[in-house]
Amino acid sequence: MQLKSLTSGKAHETSFHSSRYLQLPLFLPFISALTQKLTGTMGYSKDQLLARLKELQIEFSQYEHPVVLTVEAQAKYVGNLGGALSKNLFLKDKKHRYYVVSALADTKVDLKVLSQRLGLGKGGLRMAPEEALGEILQVPLGCVTPFAVVNESARHVSLLLDQGFKNQECCFFHPLANDMSISLNAHGLDKFLKSIGRNPSYIDLEANPPVGKDQPPDLAAYVPSDSPVLSDLSEKAPSSQDSTGDSVGAATKTAAFTAKAIKPSGNAKNVKEKSADSARPSIPAADAGKFVEELLDRASALLLSEISEDSIKQHGGQLGAEVANNVKKCLREDLKNLATIFKNTAYTEGFYAGTRCQPRRL
Amino acid sequence: MEKTEDKNQQQEEEQVVNPWEVSAKDGGKIDYDKLIDKFGCQRLDQSFVDRVQRLTSRPPHVFLRRGVFFAHRDFNDILDAYERGDKFYLYTGRGPSSEALHLGHLIPFMFTKYLQDAFKVPLVIQLTDDEKCMWKNLSVEESQRLARENAKDIIACGFDISKTFIFSDFDYVGGAFYKNMVKVAKCVTYNKVVGIFGFTGEDHIGKVSFPPVQAVPSFPSSFPHLFSGKDDLRCLIPCAIDQDPYFRMTRDVAPRIGYHKPALIESLFFPALQGENGKMSASDPNSAIYVTDSAKDIKYKVNKHAFTGGQDSIEKHRQYGANLEVDIPIKYLNFFLEDDAELEHIKKEYGAGRMLTGEVKKRLAEVLTELVERHRRARAAVTEEMVDAFMAVRPLPNMFD
Repeated sequence: MQLKSLTSGKAHETSFHSSRYLQLPLFLPFISALTQKLTGTMGYSKDQLLARLKELQIEFSQYEHPVVLTVEAQAKYVGNLGGALSKNLFLKDKKHRYYVVSALADTKVDLKVLSQRLGLGKGGLRMAPEEALGEILQVPLGCVTPFAVVNESARHVSLLLDQGFKNQECCFFHPLANDMSISLNAHGLDKFLKSIGRNPSYIDLEANPPVGKDQPPDLAAYVPSDSPVLSDLSEKAPSSQDSTGDSVGAATKTAAFTAKAIKPSGNAKNVKEKSADSARPSIPAADAGKFVEELLDRASALLLSEISEDSIKQHGGQLGAEVANNVKKCLREDLKNLATIFKNTAYTEGFYAGTRCQPRRL
Repeated sequence: MEKTEDKNQQQEEEQVVNPWEVSAKDGGKIDYDKLIDKFGCQRLDQSFVDRVQRLTSRPPHVFLRRGVFFAHRDFNDILDAYERGDKFYLYTGRGPSSEALHLGHLIPFMFTKYLQDAFKVPLVIQLTDDEKCMWKNLSVEESQRLARENAKDIIACGFDISKTFIFSDFDYVGGAFYKNMVKVAKCVTYNKVVGIFGFTGEDHIGKVSFPPVQAVPSFPSSFPHLFSGKDDLRCLIPCAIDQDPYFRMTRDVAPRIGYHKPALIESLFFPALQGENGKMSASDPNSAIYVTDSAKDIKYKVNKHAFTGGQDSIEKHRQYGANLEVDIPIKYLNFFLEDDAELEHIKKEYGAGRMLTGEVKKRLAEVLTELVERHRRARAAVTEEMVDAFMAVRPLPNMFD
């Protein structure tokens, strides 16, 4: 359910998209399948999500209904069942960073205020374009939902949750499809988010704290520091991480991701792990080749910086000895640390194998 | 002769230093001289630092050179024995009360890693998940989960898996460990433990019976899978000085049950960004630099929240220089800037007013960012399986190599 005009006061919810695309519901499945083919990655499906929720033993109820694109439409079918309805916005800032804001339908969300609180200035937030919906969240129109962050493509999307959810017994969300609504409570949502490595955090979306020289934007931590890189299979070990609220979650996810990156380079297949079976990442191999490459990279970088016109002038024939000394001094600790990591990884591989070793047959 | 802390002394307006509370008198600075005096431990002077350098044939760690680890008990005995060829083992630990680790938490681990490498000795690391479950009222599952998460950051400090055993109390207590706990418990009266830790009639019995859990890793017989047959092995405990009460109690008991007293090497408190009046608090994100902070966060925190000794205006600063006593960036650089010469230069120029606060902060942000980056990269390489391997009850055949 997307809403275009959300400024103060009335529950005057109009859906920009539904008025233009009233015939769209019929074509939605086609469009989303096409989007998936075009991006080359399969998004999580509704059934996969429901199965996962059951696996995690998260309590929820599900209600099927005709496809809906707005909160009002959804209210017609599930509005009287006791749970609180949610409204979900997919937003984008000027630096192509994306945000899902999920709030109670009654919560007033002022995009100008939110933009300032995130440190993006006064007009920094816009509704994200439709293409982004399919590409990044992999959900159809009118189906923005916090569950969409389960998709790999939504890894860098920042998730802002209304603290109002915590006071409700349960809330309604679309489970990646608009022909169903599921209701669950905030705990259940948290459990799911944690299971995919996200650290759920709730904020007061209606707050309007002053932002100025001495009052930093209070939601600055929710701005992703990476620009999203889609379908990049050769992504290296993390050099910059999300500085969203889920920094620990990101660290855990990246650990799994780096584990993949350390695999022997012969593996050119698609190693992007589907979140569906994120049971346990496979044991990373202690790759001697990669290890040596890393050592050589550092040594040669240091060498290059040590040998310059000035240093040649300064040391002349002695430059060799001088550089050798410096390289040893500067790199010693660094390389020892790398070697220790390598050793620990190799030991872990052996240990793992040892614990599963079959006893010798007599 | 060791002084035991008398609870009545705490009635006066004094600084309070114990494992659960650290606060200075009148919100000022911690008086470390008084603390050493009151606790009855010894200052670590330069002769120790030189001796360590001689024995290990490598430059002493920056924390030793700068007096971050500044007090000890029986460290000279450890060094004497080491010179004779008798090794020792290291014991340190963490109370996993939060997922977010800040730099202050890493300090004992950074130093312990250096000790492990320099002296080539094994290490046991205790995660007191039971303590946090009791004191912070966490659920058992949550404290166990935090223990595992913290273990990853600890492993990222670079410990050698073939010489390190990490254990959580909930997993490991039992067997020989528990037998030692009972032996220790029998030697400490209720009144004594109230005197040392300040328990009251309202405190639950879990708290009262916890101290032996932190005491017995000092005894090699608590780890039969590691040290069986080596009952004579000495133990060295690097820790922050607020942990001293546990080990005063342990040292009191040790000879009575036939064990060596553990030796201690103790550190200062790492000051909060806002200034020197106690420890960093894991609940105030702006009081500390976290290992998950980005370069942007670090720059922001150092610039906006670090308490400085610089003057109000540039003119005054150039005239009077900075107050190095209270300046947090200088203190942090003291901990983390490896290059002695550069640190001296900065102190001199800043103290004289020739260098401005902004420059010092910039250098600090660089140093901290490099540290945090290195930690993060190492942390990314730690897998669940690696944690399992570090925590497995397994022999360490090469632990003294």
